[in-house]
Amino acid sequence: MTVALWIVPALPLAGFLLCLLLGTRLGKGFVSAAGVGSIGIATLAAWSRLLPYFRDGGGAVVERIAPWITAGNFSVDVSFRLDPLSALMVSFVTFVGFLIHLYSVGYMKHDETDAGYARYFAYMNLFMFSMLTLVLANNFVLMFVGWEGVGLCSYLLIGYYYEREYAAAAGRKAFVVNRIGDFGFLLGMFGVFSLFGTLDFGDVFSRAAANPGRFAPGLTVVCLLLFLGAMGKSAQVPLHVWLPDAMAGPTPVSALIHAATMVTAGVYMVTRCNALFRLAPEAMAVVAVIGGVTAIFAAVIALAQNDIKKVLAYSTVSQLGYMFLACGVGAYVAGMFHVLTHAFFKACLFLGSGAVIHALGGEQDMRRMGGLAPKLPVTYRTFLVATLALAGIPPLAGFFSKDAILTGVFAANRPILFAVGLFTAGLTAFYMFRLVSLTFSGRFRGSAEVGAHVHEAPTTMTLPLVVLAFLSAVGGFLGLPEVFGESANRVAAFLAPVFPPIFLPGHEVARHAVSPAKEWILMGVSVTVAAAGLLLAWDWYAKKAGRPAERLAASFPRLYALIADKFRIDELYDVLFVRPFSWLARVLWKVVDVLVIDGFLNAGAFVVELVGDALRFLQTGNVRNYALTFLLGIVALLLIVLAG
Amino acid sequence: MKVSASDWLLLSPELFLTAAGLLILSISAFFDKAKEEFLAFLTLLFVGVAIGLVAFLSGYGGRGAPIFAGMFIVDNFAIFFKLLMLVSIALTVLASIQFVGRAPYPAGDYYALLLFTGVGMLFMVSGNNLVSIYVALELMALSSYILAGYFKLEIKSTEAALKYFVLGAFSSGVLLYGLSLVYGIAGRMGLPDLAKLFESQAKSNLLLVGILLILAGLLFKIAAVPFHVWTPDVYEGSPTPVTAFFSVGPKLAAYAILARIFYVGFPKFHADWGLIIALVSAATMVFGNVAALLQTNVKRMLAYSSIAHAGYALMGVLGFRTEFGLWGILVYLLAYTFMNFGVFALVVFLETKGYAAESVADFNGLARRNMTAAVVMLVFLLSLAGIPPTAGFIGKYYLFTSAMKAGYAWLAVLAVLMSALSLFYYFRIAAAMFFSEAEGAPLKSSYALTAAVLICAAATVIVGVAPQPFVEMLRACVIKAP
Amino acid sequence: MTITINHFLVVSFLLFSIGLLGVLVRRNFLTVLMSVELMLNAVNLNLIAFSRRLSDLTGQVFSVFVITIAAGEAAIGLALTISLFRQRRTLNVEDANTMQG
Repeated sequence: MTVALWIVPALPLAGFLLCLLLGTRLGKGFVSAAGVGSIGIATLAAWSRLLPYFRDGGGAVVERIAPWITAGNFSVDVSFRLDPLSALMVSFVTFVGFLIHLYSVGYMKHDETDAGYARYFAYMNLFMFSMLTLVLANNFVLMFVGWEGVGLCSYLLIGYYYEREYAAAAGRKAFVVNRIGDFGFLLGMFGVFSLFGTLDFGDVFSRAAANPGRFAPGLTVVCLLLFLGAMGKSAQVPLHVWLPDAMAGPTPVSALIHAATMVTAGVYMVTRCNALFRLAPEAMAVVAVIGGVTAIFAAVIALAQNDIKKVLAYSTVSQLGYMFLACGVGAYVAGMFHVLTHAFFKACLFLGSGAVIHALGGEQDMRRMGGLAPKLPVTYRTFLVATLALAGIPPLAGFFSKDAILTGVFAANRPILFAVGLFTAGLTAFYMFRLVSLTFSGRFRGSAEVGAHVHEAPTTMTLPLVVLAFLSAVGGFLGLPEVFGESANRVAAFLAPVFPPIFLPGHEVARHAVSPAKEWILMGVSVTVAAAGLLLAWDWYAKKAGRPAERLAASFPRLYALIADKFRIDELYDVLFVRPFSWLARVLWKVVDVLVIDGFLNAGAFVVELVGDALRFLQTGNVRNYALTFLLGIVALLLIVLAG
Repeated sequence: MKVSASDWLLLSPELFLTAAGLLILSISAFFDKAKEEFLAFLTLLFVGVAIGLVAFLSGYGGRGAPIFAGMFIVDNFAIFFKLLMLVSIALTVLASIQFVGRAPYPAGDYYALLLFTGVGMLFMVSGNNLVSIYVALELMALSSYILAGYFKLEIKSTEAALKYFVLGAFSSGVLLYGLSLVYGIAGRMGLPDLAKLFESQAKSNLLLVGILLILAGLLFKIAAVPFHVWTPDVYEGSPTPVTAFFSVGPKLAAYAILARIFYVGFPKFHADWGLIIALVSAATMVFGNVAALLQTNVKRMLAYSSIAHAGYALMGVLGFRTEFGLWGILVYLLAYTFMNFGVFALVVFLETKGYAAESVADFNGLARRNMTAAVVMLVFLLSLAGIPPTAGFIGKYYLFTSAMKAGYAWLAVLAVLMSALSLFYYFRIAAAMFFSEAEGAPLKSSYALTAAVLICAAATVIVGVAPQPFVEMLRACVIKAP
Repeated sequence: MTITINHFLVVSFLLFSIGLLGVLVRRNFLTVLMSVELMLNAVNLNLIAFSRRLSDLTGQVFSVFVITIAAGEAAIGLALTISLFRQRRTLNVEDANTMQG
C-alpha cells in the first residue's frame, strides 16, 4: 500500500490541532504522545514512500488534491510533488525532525507549565507541517504557504520565552528581516507568472528548458528577486542579522529550525529553480559571490564569540554561505549534499550544546565552562564526532560534502572564490576546536555550586545525539567523489533527473575536467587546511587552559624561559590572528549591522517621517482643515485630468 | 411609467427592511432597558428574512432588467452585494448586543437606524439612475451620521458624528454639483442612457469636471486618499460595533456604486477615470500603510489599515474591458468583509471586558487569557496582510492579477511592497498577544459576539482554503462593460 | 440683455463657492450648516436652469428630492448642534479636536 503524499504534512497538522485544542487540558503525557507521535507516524509514512523510491529511482510523481485558485485559463492546484530533490529533503526533515521532537521531551519537561509545554509542541508540529508543505509543494504558491508558515512558527518559537525581553525582541528582528526576503519571493513569483503564465514547477521549468533564449533578460531580475527571498530565509549577508539573535529560542528549536531545516529552505528553493537560475548567469554570479562572502564573513565573526550557541549560529550562517556558493557555481548536487550532511552534524552540535546548557542549569558562556568531558561522556563523544565532521576531517560526512563544493568551485574556474572557500574551511576547524577546547577540556571555570550539579542528560536526549553523531560519521559515504569510481556518488546519481542539461545559448560553461590526480590534491589541500586550523586552536586554547599550572612551576628558571617563549608565541598568535580577527569581526559587524541595516532603516525612517509630517499637517483634528484637504484633493485631480 | 408586480417583488428586501425598521422604531418605546435584547433578536430575524428574500431573488427569472422605469436594476452584481451587506448588518447586530446593552441609550433606535442604513445600502447597489443613487446614498449617509454619534454623552462619539456630518454633507454637495453638471450636458440621469448619449458626443471639459466631482464624492465614502481624512477620527470616536460596520457595510455600497456608475454610465471616459483611480489607489495604499505604521492607538491603526485596503480594492476597478473586469474586486470584498469585521469585533470584545482598546498593550498576553480569541485574531491579521492560505491572500491574488492584466504592473508591484510593509503593524498586535506577559484572569466572551467572530473566522479560512466555489459564483456576478 | 443659461451657471457657481468657502473658513457650527445648505441650493439652481433649457422635468424632480434631503440633513445638523453645545458650551467646531494624528 502506498501512502498518499498529503498524509505526510497532514499528520503534523493533526498533531498541532490536538496539542492546541486539548493539550492544556490533558497534560504533558498526552502532549508528548500527540506531539512526538504525530511526527513519528509522519516519518514512518514518509519513509514507506521514500524507501521504494530511493531503491527504484524514478521521475517526478505529482499528486493533485484539488484545484485551489483558478482565474481564467490559469489555475493553481493543491498538489504535491515527489521527485529526487523533495525526496531527499523529506527524508531528513522527517527523520531529524522526529529525533529533535524526541529530544524536546527531555529538554522541555522541567521548566514549563502544562500550557507552555502544549504550546511548544503545537508550534513545533505546525512547523513540521509548514516545512513539509514547503518541500513537497508542486507550485510556487503552495511553496509560499509553507514558506510563510515556517516563518511564523520561527517567530513564535524564538519568542517562546516571552518573559525575557530579548527573546521577544529577537522574534521581532527575525520578523523584520524576513519581510524583506518575502517581498523578494512574492515579486519573484509575480515575475515567474508574467514570464511563463503558470506557477506550476513542472510547467515553468519545461517551458524554460524548451526555449532557453526567450526569457533571458527578465529571468535575471526574477532570479535575483527569488534569491532575495532565499537570502532572507537562509540568513545571507546582509540579511543574516536575525539568525544569531534567533538563538534566544529553546535549543531544540535552534537545532531544528535555525540549523537543520528551515534555514536551508532558501538553498532548496534556489536548487528547485535551478532551471531558471542556469539561464541567468548574472544571477548565478551574484549567488556565488554572496555565498562566498557570507561563508568567510560569518566564520570570522564566529572566532570572537563566547556564547556557545552564538558560535554555532554564525557557523550555520557560514555553512549556508557555502551551500549558496555551490549553487552559484552550478554545483547544485554538492550544495544539496551539504544541506543533508549539515543537517546531521549541526543538529547534533546544537542538541549537544543543549545538553551542556541543560547540565549547567542554563549557562551559555563558554568562559564559565571547561572540563566537562568526563562528566558528560556521551555528549562529549557525539559532539566531538560532529565537530570533526563540520571541520571536514575525513572520512566524516562534512569532509565529502565540503570537498564536493570546493571541487565544484575549482572546476568552475573561480580561483578567488576557491581561495575564500578553502580559507573558510580552515577558520571553521579553528573556531570549532576553540569551542570544544573551551567547553570540554581543561578545568571547570564556573561556580562550584553549578559544577556540583553537572549531570549527563536523560536517554530521550542522548539517544538522538548518538543517532545524529552516527549519521554525521557515515553520511558522507552517500556521495563519494568521483575518484572512488563512476557511480560512487550516489547522491549525484539520484539527483541527476532534477538537473536537466539546459544552457543559455552562448553561455555554455566551459568546465574544467578535474583529473583524478588533481582531485586527490584538492582533497589533500582541504584536509591539510582543516587540520591546521584544528591543531592551531587545540594548541592555543589547550595551552592557555593549562597556563596556571605551568606558572606554578615558574620558580624553575629554564622552564620559565620556555614558558616565556610560549608566551611570546601566544602573543604572536594574538597579534597575528586574534587581534586582527577580533578587530575585523568587530568592524564587519559594525559595517553591516550599523551601517547597512541602520542605513536601510534610516532611509525608511525618512519616508516615515515624511508621512508623519503629512499626518500632523492633515490630521489636525480640525474639521475645517479636513474640508480644505478635500478641496485641494479635488483641485489636484482636476489638474491631472484637464492638464494631462 | 409601467410598474409590474415583478418590479415590486424584486425590491421586496428593501421594502421589507423599511417596514421592519419602522416597526422596531415604533415598538421600542414599549421595551425598557432590561428587555432590549429582544429587539436585537427581532432585528436579527428581520435581517434573516431579508437574506432569504435576496437568496430567493437570486434564482428569480425576472432579474437583470431595469425596473421602475429604469430607476433600479437587480442583477447578479447587486444580489451579491446585497447578500454581503445584509450579512455584515447581521454581524453588526451580534457584535452590538452586549456593547449597546450596557450603554445608557435606547437600543431600539440603534437597531432601527442600522436597518435604515441597510435600506439605503441595498437601494444604492440596485441604483440605475443618478437620482435614485443619490437618494439612496443620502439615506445611508444620514442614518450613519446618527449611528456615529449614538453614544451622545461621550465627547468622542459626538465629535465623530460632527466631523462625519460636516465632511459628509460637504462631499455630497460636491457630488451633487457634479451630478447637476452631467445632467446639464446630457439631459439624462439613467446610467445606460448616459452611456448611449456620450458615445456620439465629443468630451467636453465641463463634463469631465462633473464626472470628477462625482468620483470625488464616491472616493470620500470609500476613504481613499486624499478624501480619507475623516476616517481615523470617525473610526476612533464611533461606538466600536458601529466602526466595524462602517469599515465594511457602507464601503461595500460605495465600491459597488462606483463600479456601476463608471462601468455602465461613463465607459467612454475610461482613460480619464482609470488614470485617476490608479493614482488614487497608489497614494491610498502608500499613505494608509505608512500612517498605520506610525499609530499606537489600535482603532486608528485599523482605520489606516482599512484606508490601505481601500487602495488595494480600487485596483479591482481598473480591469475595465479585460477578461477579469470586476471579478478581482468582488473576490477581494468577499474576503475583506469578513476579515476586517472580525478584527474590529475582537476590539469590541476587549472593550466589553473593560479595556479602552486604545493601545496595542491592551492585547498583551491575550494568548494566555483567551487562546481562541488570540488564534482567531492571528488568522484575521494574517488574512489582512495577505498571507496564504487565508481569504485575504486569495482576494489580493485576484486583485493583483487583474491589475496586471489591465496593464498596471507597477501598481501590483507597489501593492506587494505595501503588503509586506503592512505585516509590521499587524505583527505588533500579534507580538503583543503572543510575546507579552498576561495579567489577570481568563477572558470570557458573550455568545453573540463569539458567534460573530467565529462566523468571520470560518469564512476567512474557508474562502482561503477552498475558494473555488465562491470564485466561480462571483464570476457570474460581474458587470459586463459595454 | 437676455438672460441665458450661462448666467444661471455663473450665479450657481458663485453660490456654490460661497458655500464651500463658508465650510472652510467659518468656525460657528450653525454657519457651517448654512453654508452646506447654500451648496445644495446652488445645485438646485443648476438643476432647474438645466431642466428649463432642456425642457426635461427630471431636473426639477431631482431638485425636490434634494430639498427633502437637505431638510433631513438640517435636522441632523441641528441635533448635533445641541449635543455639541451640551458637552462643550460652545458652537465652535475648532474645539471639537480631541481626536487627531
